[in-house]
Amino acid sequence: MLKNYDELSPVAIDCLQEIGNIGSGHAASALSAMLSQPIKMHVPKIRVLDYQSVIDEIGGPEKVITGIMVKFSGDIKGMIMFLLEDAFAKLVVRTFMGKDNIDVVKLDETDFSAVKEMGNIMGGAYLSALAGMAGFDVRMEPPSMTVDMMGALMNYPMIEFSEVGDKVLYIDDGFIADKDDIDCNIVLIPEMESLDILMKKLGVI
Amino acid sequence: MANFTVGIGDLKVCRVPDVLVTYALGSCVGICLLDSQAGVGGLSHIMLPDSTSGVNATTTPMRFADTAIPMLIRQMEQLGASKARLKAKIAGGATMFATASDKFNIGERNIAAVKRILMSNRIPILAEDTGLDYGRTQFFYPETGIMEIRAAAKGIKQF
Repeated sequence: MLKNYDELSPVAIDCLQEIGNIGSGHAASALSAMLSQPIKMHVPKIRVLDYQSVIDEIGGPEKVITGIMVKFSGDIKGMIMFLLEDAFAKLVVRTFMGKDNIDVVKLDETDFSAVKEMGNIMGGAYLSALAGMAGFDVRMEPPSMTVDMMGALMNYPMIEFSEVGDKVLYIDDGFIADKDDIDCNIVLIPEMESLDILMKKLGVI
Repeated sequence: MANFTVGIGDLKVCRVPDVLVTYALGSCVGICLLDSQAGVGGLSHIMLPDSTSGVNATTTPMRFADTAIPMLIRQMEQLGASKARLKAKIAGGATMFATASDKFNIGERNIAAVKRILMSNRIPILAEDTGLDYGRTQFFYPETGIMEIRAAAKGIKQF
């Protein structure tokens, strides 16, 4: 039984990387369909990092960012959190609402819902990649979204998943839409038992 | 004058005119303690209310309100503070994500635990900026006793 994320072998990390690739592919095509424009994707990189390193990597605890969190349950349990730069919310609001130069901290209700829904679709894309590869049944909860200081947002998974430990699976991903380069940072936290089940099912431990 | 950063689940003490800061409190609570006569200040950034239900509680006592606050008091006493003179200002305990499946409202529980532990140590709370739904950065200036709160969409407030 895996005890923490540090015990993941290089083969297991490769496997998660591949799930990330497929998830990003699904997410890019979902985005492309919703936004009616071509979306190119970067090759995502997955690493096991502690919370503080993730925060530092993305720009420090006070950096204001859009956090969209989706909890999942079923054959495996955990949460996925998207930490999206302002460019993402701006792209979504421009495309759907025709508004330019919005202040992401002060989105109105409709704009907020539109951005949250895109996060929900991307969450679905990643989780269906995960579920599809392993033949699992995974159910998503409705997403929850907050725009605030990253350190404050990260309190949520740190506390909710404190029994998992200080580490997360961090996926450094990105899309290119039009000329915009959109960084997309994903924090994936399967419960330890779920990760163990997943790795066994995929035959890497 | 030095500026000391207190990390998540960490605590630090200082003498005037040094400054203590902890960044981006969400559901965590930051507790500033001051003995103005001795010129000794302290700041603790707790994540969870209760070490008895916590994982790794013995290796990470500074994460829990019930173990961190007594540690902070002891470290301040070692710098010459008197427990009887301590005064508190607290901030944080927000609800960052509203979800239907929340087992517990951890922000509110953190605030309640901090208040209970301060009261049982007979330390009065002079000011608080707690609850609601946004993150806070907390600066503490022991020289003036001022707690300054910075939030992304709310600007700067002093307490």
